[in-house]
Amino acid sequence: MMQKNKFQISNIFRNQIFIPLAALILLALFNLIMDPSFFKITMGQNAAGNPVLSGYLITILDYGSELAILAIGMTLVTAASGGQDISVGAGIAITGSVILRMLCGRNSRPDELQMPIICAFLIAVLAGMLAGAFNGLLVSWFKIQPMVATLILFTAGRSIAAWINNNELPIVSEPSFGYYGNFIPGIPIPTPFFIAVAVMIVTALLLKFTNLGLYVQAVGINAKSSRLNGLNPTFIKFLTFVLLGVCVAVAGLIKVSRLSTINYSVVAKDIEMDAILAVALGGNSLSGGKFNMTASIIGAYVIQFLTTTLYKFNVKSTALPAYKAIVVILLVVFSAPVVREFISTKWKQLRSTDKIAKEVA
Amino acid sequence: MKKILELKNIHKSFPGVLALQGVDFSLNEGEIHALMGENGAGKSTLIKVLTGVYTKDEGEIILDGNEVHIKSPQDAQRMGISTVYQEITLCPNLSVAENMYIGRNEELIQNWKKMNEGAEKILQSLDIPAKATQQLASCSIAVQQMVAIARAVDMECKVLILDEPTSSLDEQEVEKLFKLMRDLKQRGVGIIFVTHFLDQVYEVCDKITVLRDGKLVGEYAIADLPRVELVSKMLGKELDDLSDIKDKETKDEKKDDSEVLFETSGLASDQGIKPFDFYIKKGEVNGFTGLLGSGRSECVRAIFGADKVISGTVRKNGTEIKINKPIDAMKNGIAYLPEDRKIDGIIGDLSVKDNIILALQVMKGFFKPFTKAEAYKFADEYIKLLSIKTASADTPIKSLSGGNQQKCIIARWLLTHPEYLILDEPTRGIDVGTKVDIQKLVLKLASEGMSITFISSETDEMLRTCSRLVVMRDRKVVGELTGDELNQTMIMNTIAGGENDAEK
Repeated sequence: MMQKNKFQISNIFRNQIFIPLAALILLALFNLIMDPSFFKITMGQNAAGNPVLSGYLITILDYGSELAILAIGMTLVTAASGGQDISVGAGIAITGSVILRMLCGRNSRPDELQMPIICAFLIAVLAGMLAGAFNGLLVSWFKIQPMVATLILFTAGRSIAAWINNNELPIVSEPSFGYYGNFIPGIPIPTPFFIAVAVMIVTALLLKFTNLGLYVQAVGINAKSSRLNGLNPTFIKFLTFVLLGVCVAVAGLIKVSRLSTINYSVVAKDIEMDAILAVALGGNSLSGGKFNMTASIIGAYVIQFLTTTLYKFNVKSTALPAYKAIVVILLVVFSAPVVREFISTKWKQLRSTDKIAKEVA
Repeated sequence: MKKILELKNIHKSFPGVLALQGVDFSLNEGEIHALMGENGAGKSTLIKVLTGVYTKDEGEIILDGNEVHIKSPQDAQRMGISTVYQEITLCPNLSVAENMYIGRNEELIQNWKKMNEGAEKILQSLDIPAKATQQLASCSIAVQQMVAIARAVDMECKVLILDEPTSSLDEQEVEKLFKLMRDLKQRGVGIIFVTHFLDQVYEVCDKITVLRDGKLVGEYAIADLPRVELVSKMLGKELDDLSDIKDKETKDEKKDDSEVLFETSGLASDQGIKPFDFYIKKGEVNGFTGLLGSGRSECVRAIFGADKVISGTVRKNGTEIKINKPIDAMKNGIAYLPEDRKIDGIIGDLSVKDNIILALQVMKGFFKPFTKAEAYKFADEYIKLLSIKTASADTPIKSLSGGNQQKCIIARWLLTHPEYLILDEPTRGIDVGTKVDIQKLVLKLASEGMSITFISSETDEMLRTCSRLVVMRDRKVVGELTGDELNQTMIMNTIAGGENDAEK
């Protein structure tokens, strides 16, 4: 997103990608100083005897990918509706549960799959879109505040997920089902990363070959004016929620594939907060309007980088959110336009005094 | 009669604007006094000075014979100056009685029974059809407005300011409100009535004070000021020097034989305009004129489908077309530049380029975005054509000056190559140079065969550009002027209505 004008260092500070990148570098430096072994990647073997890479960076790549997929949908929802969907964790439980129900049928421990995995996944996508459509309808048509509207599924989603499988915990014994959340035999890089790349490519194509980006931003900035330009703000807001539903279904597949089963109350718990933070960390305004998808995606990996770093330093999982909050406050404050403008001006002043000093000398 | 309120030589300025310059105003006991003026005349500034929202720079306020200094709205209330605003400022989810007493109880404990009884008594004495325990939201807007007045009256107000209380009421509701106002008048309350509706002023008021450009034009007894003079005083055109500004007579002659392009019959929207008939010919420039709030914008918004159309039809070249939403109108070759540039026009954070291509892009379709090269080509073409002053096509539109923002919006619609272009106040709040540019552009486009409706608060501008004017008053079309009738005097006469008064 660099503009054609002359390259200037002060412009870097204004660029939206600067903040998540700076945070990433900062975290990397911190780890490098504290314990360089953080960056160690080893080639090992998993239980099935296939070669796999392991190390903290791989973990970030792995878990950051599901977050990145959610951040893509969340960015669109945020931009169009000026609010966030807090039901994505519950949505993952629902779509994951749908996949298992489709694969296992009525029997929760089937010997063979009831249908191809791709079919089960497509049905889950439909379920995700349906959940998204429900949220979208409440937000766009009934004009309910997004957080309040999605609070409904946030509360009820996990119960619905349990109900889909009669409150049983189906287990898929078919090993190929595990490929999506773990490793494909012979490929040492975790599969979620490839899935995330695929989603990113589809998103990039969508943004390039349709007017999704322009419409979503126009509606998010000024819905009234957009309507007078022939847009249908209600439908566009609705559409973003449905698209987020698709992202949720993809994340749902990864989640249930990791364990080949599901735990309704724990799966993807609190993931919505990380997804929203990824959007914020990307420098996107949480009140809607212009967005930068690349920044959100980098934001997602940074959030995961942070989480993994904290785990590495043996922060207790109960204390984790508190540490995260502190870091997030700093990051979000620094990504505020006011602060960035301030840094940018200061930098310019610094350079000009520098110049004068040189000239005087 | 006793003077209860007197303002002397009030001055108030804001950075770059002299909002009030030496305004005098006086109000007697038991008098309904209209405060009139067009947009920006200083009415609301004066009201705000009086209610303590602003502090005056200079001047005196004398209440009941003593000079007072009003520092805050609470101050004003305590002194007996109450205001009822256009928008209801009560709490719809509370009961009528609660709304009347909220914020007035100094004690710790609220005596609900006493409060409800008190409220009931006031409601009855003012003949307001509401119960004290009823939820406010369940009352009609008019009744809510009356409850607001009742609250003001109960606080022993001497001066009651009604700031456009009738703009959202229907005729019967207005009648009820007027009855209440007359009752209060009998009790000796002085009422300042701000409104845009001329008929209402002549129905209920005793005196009129006219402001224009922050200055006092004069105070008149209602009987001494015929409507047409009132309008001329508001607009600042003396009747005598209204020599016709008629220019080339060719303007409308050659258009007579061209065919009607768009025609509406009985069109009405949910914004309260009376059904109206209207047509525009190919290559014609016409306009809607009338005072602020007369329904000019609502008419064109109905044609464009911007408001919900509730009745009537639109025909294009004789065949009926359906316009339910803006995109329908756009596909039929109609373009609409809205009145409020900031709220309805620009998409502030988007670039000049995106703002210019938006309408055409929407018409082209979701799956057919312009390539970057195409988009920049369009943007650069129109930036040059309309000489839009911007650092680059990528500059966010919100950082441009008002005039240049407006040019971008005009570019947006020209890019769609409309057959019919509606410009609603395209020159409001922009510099003189750009104003002239826009007027020239309008005439040029019309000569190329585009039909244009031009709406402006400035009559001069409309006379320069339009060959036919539709005149509106109180949300009704009340006349149509063409040819020789196109002059200030005729416009004012028609706006003012009540022909008998005009001939005095």
